[in-house]
Amino acid sequence: MNKRIETYFKSYTEAAPLAVFRIFFGFMMCVSIIRFWSYGWIDKFYIQPDFHFKFYGFEWVQPFGVYTYLIFALCLLSAFCVMIGFKYRVAMALFFLSFTYIELLDKTMYLNHYYFVSVCSFILIFLPAHVYFSVDAKRSENAYSLVPRWTIDVLKLFIAIVYFYAGLTKLNSDWLLDATPLNIWLPSKFDIPFIGDFMGQEWVHYAFSWIGAGYDLCIPFLLLYKRTRPYAFVVVVIFHVMTRVLFPIGMFPYIMIVSALIFFDARFHKKLIYAFAKACKFPLNTLNKSRKYAPAHAAFMQLSKVILICVMTVQLVLPWRYALYPGELFWTEEGYRFSWRVMLMEKAGYAQFKIVDQVSGKRFYVDNSDFLTPIQEKQMSFQPDFILEYAHYLRDHFEAQGHQNVAVFADVQVTLNGRLSSQFIDPTINLAVEKESFKHKNWITPFTDEIKGL
Amino acid sequence: MKKFLGIVSVLLMITACTSGDDSNDTTEENQNPDSTSFDRSAMLANWADGIIIPGYVDFNQKVEVLELATANFVSSPDDLSEVRKAWTEAYTVWQRVSMFEIGPAEVVDLRLNVNIYPTNIDLLESNVTNGDYNLALASNRAAKGFPAIDYLLYGLGEDDAEILAVYTGSNAALYRQYLSDIVVDIKNLSSEVLSQWQGDYRDTFVNNDGASATASVDRFVNDYIFYFEKFLRAGKMGIPGGVFSGNVEPNNLETLYEGTLSKSLFLEGLDASQDFFNGVSYNGTSQGESLNTYLVTLNSVKNGVALHSIINESFDTTRASVNSLESFKTELENTPPINFLEAYDDVQRIVPLLKVDMVSAMSIRIDFADADGD
Repeated sequence: MNKRIETYFKSYTEAAPLAVFRIFFGFMMCVSIIRFWSYGWIDKFYIQPDFHFKFYGFEWVQPFGVYTYLIFALCLLSAFCVMIGFKYRVAMALFFLSFTYIELLDKTMYLNHYYFVSVCSFILIFLPAHVYFSVDAKRSENAYSLVPRWTIDVLKLFIAIVYFYAGLTKLNSDWLLDATPLNIWLPSKFDIPFIGDFMGQEWVHYAFSWIGAGYDLCIPFLLLYKRTRPYAFVVVVIFHVMTRVLFPIGMFPYIMIVSALIFFDARFHKKLIYAFAKACKFPLNTLNKSRKYAPAHAAFMQLSKVILICVMTVQLVLPWRYALYPGELFWTEEGYRFSWRVMLMEKAGYAQFKIVDQVSGKRFYVDNSDFLTPIQEKQMSFQPDFILEYAHYLRDHFEAQGHQNVAVFADVQVTLNGRLSSQFIDPTINLAVEKESFKHKNWITPFTDEIKGL
Repeated sequence: MKKFLGIVSVLLMITACTSGDDSNDTTEENQNPDSTSFDRSAMLANWADGIIIPGYVDFNQKVEVLELATANFVSSPDDLSEVRKAWTEAYTVWQRVSMFEIGPAEVVDLRLNVNIYPTNIDLLESNVTNGDYNLALASNRAAKGFPAIDYLLYGLGEDDAEILAVYTGSNAALYRQYLSDIVVDIKNLSSEVLSQWQGDYRDTFVNNDGASATASVDRFVNDYIFYFEKFLRAGKMGIPGGVFSGNVEPNNLETLYEGTLSKSLFLEGLDASQDFFNGVSYNGTSQGESLNTYLVTLNSVKNGVALHSIINESFDTTRASVNSLESFKTELENTPPINFLEAYDDVQRIVPLLKVDMVSAMSIRIDFADADGD
């Protein structure tokens, strides 16, 4: 067994797929950042708000007013360098750091696809994606056309985990038995050409729910197996284009379509590379050197393997941490993030905060729009960690204004997957004195219904 | 085969790039509405033709009557009753149309120009004495509109005799001029809004029947909820009741100087909100497609809870509890004003039903940003 593992780690394969992945990843990232910039979202989400929600342990991450644009500029520049393969390791690391820093600025903006980009870019730092068809590999002595097989397989494994877990999370009674939340979202898509007329039909809701779950679970295997691969890729395109047409999910579908290419044989990728190479007059003779890549320091390779094994282990284990918490996951959201739970539930809330000056007895309700942007208020209203953080912010704000011994009580109504809105937080608990931690928040009112499954 | 699949993929990608979260799509009406799908354009037409335009027509008529009564009053200021009556009727009908702050009303900021209270007395008095005021300026909004007329008809003195004395006394001409001007200001704004609705805007509104952040339904539901939460709930009850400041603030009541109308104006606004929800026509004789019927249709697919009934029950409970109060001014004289605050809680209970349950069921979006649905 050990021998087989050893043999595996010593085996090589063509570098072309990795190079193609690098090029498309860099390109998609450039497009994403430019798109984000062009919508004015840097200003709207990171510069305008007075307050940002922070990830636990990352409260020190701050925007820099108008200089926040510099972080995005750095991110864009490094994405471009990644795409062309210029000073690749440094560029990739800078991209990872700047992109992740941006994501840490405000928890409100958390999206599973940003998390995907962070993890993927971290993995890519340790892969030799620059040794073939890149500025770094323009000179023959730096070009290699063979890389260790595991450097490509790790990407396949990561993408397979993302899909498979996304599929597993759909195995719950709301999704499969009630066709929820698709039966809430689809009817509002009546104005889409061709398919709009079907969006109100109940059978369509069930079909989309079951096919969606089936797709996520099966597609990694269909992409791995050579004979089903081309058809699987067509399904990938259709599926992601569908979701793009139906839902406002930005660049995610394109990133997934392009990522799925990693499963294809080197032959396909080589054709692509040669086509690109001819178009930009890249020296073709560097592309067929059958040299096996080896880093300047062998220890780096060992280190890379260890780090990536850790990353993959975390990816496999982290989505299950919800089991350590009591209560219904969809309701409490303890362990919901970072687990590939994508477009899985319709949840909305309404949160009213009562401030009590415990010395004078004065009490009043807060207008959230004085402190939060609409999107922040929306995200806060159904996520307990946000509610607690906001409560602490209000406490500090009003104590700074001269109120004493401020208590904060939250009256929160939440609807989950079409159920009638109900009380979410115990309104008698003073959130000003509750502390954030990884422990269960016992002031969340227990869910009164039941969702079976994972 | 591969080539064909490749071409299909590319075509699909192009389709995706050109649709998706585009805004301002105008779409054709659904020719064959399914029993499980809802025709938003029919609802929009009912809103425009059955409720909004008739509401503005009536409002304009009442404002014209007010204009006439004001002209009569300023030419011979010996009796306040006619002009007060006209003001009361116009102000009451205003409660019916206040929520339609979309399109033409939004363009002229109708609500903020017509009903900012409490009136800034100092500003008003200085405008009157100086004589050179520009009512179009945003800085003058707290010195005009219905609340300013309230002051000018009820607040200038301890009793009617004192008030009339102002209109015949030393600065009489200035006060008469100011009163006329602010009434004419309301008239100009409301007739502008009505003519837009009777002109192109009605079709623009009804044809924008898609589902996106800028479609009429999405935008107007947001406006409706905003009106209910901010102007009806907070403006008429929450702020005076001290809910947001900790101090009871009776000087922030609507119709502060007249003193007895706050409750009935609140109830008028509540009725308007519930009638709108149920698609009841302005003249009260018919019901059309509405948020109620929309929820019924959506429910029929979900087998969920009968949200439309719960919302109507909540409106009815609230009406009963507010009705049972004394005038708001009297209630706020209690320390603390328990009955008032309990009635306020009933009003408050409607808000999440609209803002959370209804909006969630209709998949109406509040902001344009990427979202993973969590």
